[in-house]
Amino acid sequence: MKPPPFDYHAPRSVAEALDVLAAEGERAKVLAGGQSLIPLLNMRLAAPGHLVDINRLTGLAGVEVEPDGVRIGALARHAEVERSEPAAAAQPLLRQALGLVAHPVVRNRGTVVGSLVHADPAAELPAVLTLLGGSVRLARRGGPGTPAAGSSTAQDVAAGGSFVVRDVAAGEFFTGPLESAAGPGELAVSAFFPALPPRSGTAFREVARRHGDYALAGVAALVVLDDDLRITSAAVACVSAGPVPLLVDVTGECGHRPPASAGWAGAARAVQDRAEPEDDIHATAGYRRHLIGVLAERALRDAAREALNG
Amino acid sequence: MTTKLFGEPVRRREDPRLLTGRGRYLDDLGRDALAAAFVRSPHAHAVIRDIDVSAALDVDGLVAIYTWEDLPDRLAEPLPLLIPHPALTHGRTAYPLARERVRHVGEPVVMVVARDRYVAEDACALIRVDYELLKPVVGVEEAAQSAQLVHDDVPGNVGARMVQEVPSAGGLDVREVIEDAPHTLAFRLDIERSASTPLEGRGVYARWDADDSSLRVYSSTQTSTSVRMAVAAKLGLPLPKVEVIAPDVGGGFGVKIVHPWPEEVLVPWAAMLLNREVKWTEDRREHFVSSAHERAQVQFVRVGFDDEGRVLGLEVTILHDHGAYTPYGIIVPIITSTQLPGPYRLGAYRVEFSSIYTNTVQVTPYRGAGRPQAVFCMERTMDRIADHLGLDRTAVRAVNFIQPEEFPYDQGLIFQDGRPLIYDSGDYPESLRMLKELIGWDSFPAEKERAAAEGRRIGIGVGCYVEGTGVGPYEGGHVQVTSDGRVHVSTGLTSQGQGHETAFAQIAAAELGVPLERVSVVTGDTRRFGYAVGTFASRAAVMSGNAIALACRKVREKALRIAADALEADPRDLEITDGMVHVAGTPGAAIPLATVAVLSNPLRYAFDEEAARATQFAGAASFDRPPVPEGDEPGLEGRDYYSPIRSTFASGMHAAIVETDPLTAEIRILRYAVVHDCGNLINPMIVEGQIHGGVAQGVGGALYERMVYDGHGQLLNASFMDFLMPYATEVPHVETAHLETPSPLNPLGIKGAGEAGVIPVSAVIASAIEDAEGIPIDKMPISPSELFDLRRAAS
Ligand SMILES: Cc1cc2nc3c(=O)[nH]c(=O)nc-3n(C[C@H](O)[C@H](O)[C@H](O)COP(=O)(O)OP(=O)(O)OC[C@H]3O[C@@H](n4cnc5c(N)ncnc54)[C@H](O)[C@@H]3O)c2cc1C
Repeated sequence: MKPPPFDYHAPRSVAEALDVLAAEGERAKVLAGGQSLIPLLNMRLAAPGHLVDINRLTGLAGVEVEPDGVRIGALARHAEVERSEPAAAAQPLLRQALGLVAHPVVRNRGTVVGSLVHADPAAELPAVLTLLGGSVRLARRGGPGTPAAGSSTAQDVAAGGSFVVRDVAAGEFFTGPLESAAGPGELAVSAFFPALPPRSGTAFREVARRHGDYALAGVAALVVLDDDLRITSAAVACVSAGPVPLLVDVTGECGHRPPASAGWAGAARAVQDRAEPEDDIHATAGYRRHLIGVLAERALRDAAREALNG
Repeated sequence: MTTKLFGEPVRRREDPRLLTGRGRYLDDLGRDALAAAFVRSPHAHAVIRDIDVSAALDVDGLVAIYTWEDLPDRLAEPLPLLIPHPALTHGRTAYPLARERVRHVGEPVVMVVARDRYVAEDACALIRVDYELLKPVVGVEEAAQSAQLVHDDVPGNVGARMVQEVPSAGGLDVREVIEDAPHTLAFRLDIERSASTPLEGRGVYARWDADDSSLRVYSSTQTSTSVRMAVAAKLGLPLPKVEVIAPDVGGGFGVKIVHPWPEEVLVPWAAMLLNREVKWTEDRREHFVSSAHERAQVQFVRVGFDDEGRVLGLEVTILHDHGAYTPYGIIVPIITSTQLPGPYRLGAYRVEFSSIYTNTVQVTPYRGAGRPQAVFCMERTMDRIADHLGLDRTAVRAVNFIQPEEFPYDQGLIFQDGRPLIYDSGDYPESLRMLKELIGWDSFPAEKERAAAEGRRIGIGVGCYVEGTGVGPYEGGHVQVTSDGRVHVSTGLTSQGQGHETAFAQIAAAELGVPLERVSVVTGDTRRFGYAVGTFASRAAVMSGNAIALACRKVREKALRIAADALEADPRDLEITDGMVHVAGTPGAAIPLATVAVLSNPLRYAFDEEAARATQFAGAASFDRPPVPEGDEPGLEGRDYYSPIRSTFASGMHAAIVETDPLTAEIRILRYAVVHDCGNLINPMIVEGQIHGGVAQGVGGALYERMVYDGHGQLLNASFMDFLMPYATEVPHVETAHLETPSPLNPLGIKGAGEAGVIPVSAVIASAIEDAEGIPIDKMPISPSELFDLRRAAS
């Protein structure tokens, strides 16, 4: 359980990181918190020739609450985001979900952005990003003169060369199990999680074999009410329900009704029907499908309660 | 046992060291040693056609590559079968490196030695082994019926078959008794594989001193003395030229009692050959696929009983999955068969096991060693009887209990030590009474009803066991008081975190009347004590504890004799407290034990002030006898051994309350209660710690852990990501009560406690889930997914 040989790069600036990534392309892997990558290396399931350790890029460590949402830098650890009061106030689903991600020691090192790029269909954060309609900002070396306006890495532009950034919406970002839109040569510099709209609530419910394990099934829910406290929109995103986070809009099933008389059971059935869980050594697909229904109903009810309270 | 140290909840003295990272585990040693790594079979069953190492030869930092062909003489032979038994007609062990055939995924095929472990693994990855695949034999029932053989010369894959039968008092055999019984039941039970999985894997570090022709081996083992003998024998070295030391060991739980592991002979051999230090540290994946597992059994039960639930006859037929090899003999199924009757007086009993080879990791004892399976069988049977008769589950147990006045009680069986299985003492009715009170057994039905009214499902379960502990043949202790007044205790068996440094020191301090701080304890170091068996079978406290007490008594006797001379008193009037020997009732007339130690060793040379008092011209000696009288020895030290006539039998009863989610089928343990009887307690805090740890492992075995082999013999969950050892969050708070029924068999009246906690857990949890769900639970472990399936099938 020792990794195969690799060249180790510890860039001091985003520009430098992008240079190495551009030069090495497919052969390079970004090393963030290492909580997923290092086990893969040690088990020799991955053998990148180059590791680009971004842990010195402290400029990427920010958790910034903007009027319309929370922008989380690539070096922000799960634990920092979980603890951030402003982030929790702007988007409570972040804290609700992060409490279910692994254990404190893993959360102390693992990064939110790393979790998104890693794109494990059993992970919580990809489902959160999908449900909220967030995005991931990717940067790569570009031709001269390409501006990177507004990016938190503008300084690097001044420091050395230029690069291209693009924001990829959650819906396009997760492309398959452990596959994301981040391509060779690209560094994910931040992710954006939209703020919670007024009169709305969120919840995350899951069943894991042990506390902190990847979930057998999990459901994040977002319920939005109108001024009369009737449901105007309700949606869930499920983990372990298919190759990528499964987003299901259940507004129709819930009905334009107050939460107390909403069609939760029908909504849960709709979610269940869309899920494509698989058998594995921990649970059958049938059990997982059942769980997704149960958890969808519980999460939707919890989210609606939050919406009423908030 | 007069001083108060014995029986006190003294805090573990080793903990500050172990908990602040100052432990010295195997991999903390030998930083500059070369590293060994192994190419292990990726196939469950195959013939090795060719091994091509050429691509690995260019790896920078490679030192050596070895295959079976390279092994000399006795190393080229199969590893020893440690515990032969007449019923083990087809015992088979592996070669240190595979010879022609591999029989499970993980079997070592090539050893690589290199500058460091990274390089060694790089080289391993470049070695090409050409395998011809054979059909793997997986699953004990499949193996018992398969024409495909794990070993060509073992027909039917049957390594051993053994029957023990105890006829009824009237001389009827079990089958007749069951036929004639008012009620009979027949059913099948299944237990899956788990494993010891200590947090520190195995590891070996060897230093060869070419100038001295001597070998020092550090091994993360449960038996350094026996590893020493095995290494000396395998490498053809004189025993005095081999030292084996078990440093701090991060858990053993049984797997490290097996020896010599291939690495334990290969690493020292390579160190000698290369004249370099060599170290191998097992990694987690290696531990899963190349050490040992346990537990898997299929049990077929037939029981006949009367209207009160009294067992008139019990017949159990066991298929025991032994994996690919039997280095530790058939100890596990023997223990299952003989501990199955537990605290009960069975009218008649017959047990038969077949030990079956499969192309999976070998099976050797894991904490509990066959007992969790035995207790699962007996206790599920008790619950079935209660259910059949509509009786309270504890009432059925009570009517079957051996009564306190029936001890010593002969079960009529032959135990794992080859000796009659005779219970020495116990009080099962009292234990059950305490347990029912602790868990609130009688008020539970009302509680259950209240929960049901809230839409919650809860259930209560119970399980009882008797555990033979402290098996022989012997252990020894050596105690030396030095002239600074310190007491140095050593014993040959090893420690894996049990708290021996504390418990043994308590015994010595209490026996000698010295403060605990003056006592130091060394275990598992053959330089200090050469004769020992090892740490397993809940035996350390009973065996070494008593040996140390006996050695201390010798020292005490000598100290009193010398002090009596010095104080001109009668030794019978002397006592030792706080390290001072004094005349009882006359505090002024006293001499420190340190001075006694000085006087015990007449010196020619003075090297410090203390020593000057013992030299020939210091005056004290009498001229009409030699400085060291005949039959005496210089020094204040003693050595003694404890060798019991037979095992001592601890017992206990557990109860749990579980909640099952009516929708998600999640299973949560709400309460867990233990009544435990290991005779006199040396240190109740340590015993409770042992119980908590055991229960934690039991919870793992009941609800989380299994070894998932596919049909190809691939272990699908060989990592801590997928082998679900419970976290602290999964382990319930354990409520403990102690009952102390002293053992009449040993001077301290103690019984073993190491394995106890794990033994009944699967039975208890199954019982509780069954109570909550109303569905028979006859297969453990159980996951929420499986409970969900059981519900579907039942509805
Ligand atoms: C015991 C354990 C339990 C866990 N349980 C859970 C759980 O329940 N739920 C859960 O969601 N996760 C769980 N995880 C994973 C954890 O959340 C990781 O932190 C996360 O998956 C990856 O984040 P990281 O920063 O450690 O990324 P790394 O391991 O460093 O990298 C992961 C992958 O993402 C790439 N990458 C990382 N950052 C960037 C970037 N900025 N730009 C481009 N590529 C990048 C890497 O190249 C690599 O391919 C668990 C991990 C462990 C060890």
